[in-house]
Amino acid sequence: MKQKKYMNPYLGGVLLGLVLVAAFWISGRGLGASGAPKSAIVAAVKTVAPAHVENASFYKEYLATHPKPLKEWLIFQMLGVIVGGFLSGAIAGRLKFKVEKSPKITNKTRLIFAVLGGVFFGFGSQLGRGCTSGSALTGMAVLSLSGFLSMAAIFGTAFALAYFARKLWI
Amino acid sequence: MGPLIVNEIISENTNLFLAFIIGIGFGFVLESNGFSSSRRLAGMFYGYDTTVLKVFFTAAIVGAIGLLFLSLFNWIDLSSIYINPTYLWSTLGGGVIMGAGFIMGGYCPGTSFCAASIGKIDALAFIGGMFIGILIFTEGYPLWEGFYNAKFMGSPVISDMIGASRGFLTFLVILAALGMFWVGEWAEKKFAREDYKLNQK
Repeated sequence: MKQKKYMNPYLGGVLLGLVLVAAFWISGRGLGASGAPKSAIVAAVKTVAPAHVENASFYKEYLATHPKPLKEWLIFQMLGVIVGGFLSGAIAGRLKFKVEKSPKITNKTRLIFAVLGGVFFGFGSQLGRGCTSGSALTGMAVLSLSGFLSMAAIFGTAFALAYFARKLWI
Repeated sequence: MGPLIVNEIISENTNLFLAFIIGIGFGFVLESNGFSSSRRLAGMFYGYDTTVLKVFFTAAIVGAIGLLFLSLFNWIDLSSIYINPTYLWSTLGGGVIMGAGFIMGGYCPGTSFCAASIGKIDALAFIGGMFIGILIFTEGYPLWEGFYNAKFMGSPVISDMIGASRGFLTFLVILAALGMFWVGEWAEKKFAREDYKLNQK
């Protein structure tokens, strides 16, 4: 099946902005991503090691304000993201198991750096109280200081390190 | 009228159901724009594909204008929407660590789930790493708790900080975005690559 082209990026941006406004109008909050895996981890640790959760300060604080971590708004939103991404990929003929990478590196190298990047992004998103969606995009739409700061820090660092990582991509 | 949940126009369960629907829209738009492709996302940092910049800033200004527009008709009460708090050091420190993760992994959290949904194995690896990274944070929390909570500034909005109206600041952000779009279009011509096509795969 021939793959469809991607959407015009400016049209895509308008649509993404409208989804963001809808989230604010309905739920009073913007989009997010890293909060969902955090909730999942708290729920998992609580199931596997309930005694540990009662003693470790992060879980105690989190569960005090989010008593049912798997019934969080972001969990439902992220389940939607998976369904929405799949639908778009199915319509456009892009469903395919593959490792995407620069032709110059092996699959193994790509996967090692993907895991490593995930570790950094996962850790950083917790320290920074949100990732590209929740902190930078949503934060900028509400004109918050933290939104612009995290946008500048994330993209500034990635640009600054791009030279060292160039073999991964170009 | 809005936000509907804050004003108790919809129930908590309806809110969660609508979160799922909003998520479908979010994921659909991300994938349709190729945010399910790590080379496209990383292209931002080498100039050969600046889709991320175009989509991201268009969305941010449409979001900012949309909120202003709804507030004009009293359809949304801007004082009851969530504004991210600023903890200066952890906002910046977290951002720097995320930037390093971005250039190594080629995804951010939202795009990695989106890419995994169409079968990208590198995205699954990224998600696995992300769970490890979050677990390191939650388990080691006492070690960075001080840094995490340092320099708390409340939830400042930039327009208030500089004494301008929301509308004026939004206008400045629009001008900045237009400038960046121009740079993005220029970069895609200047740094175009033979082994990478801008509009497929």
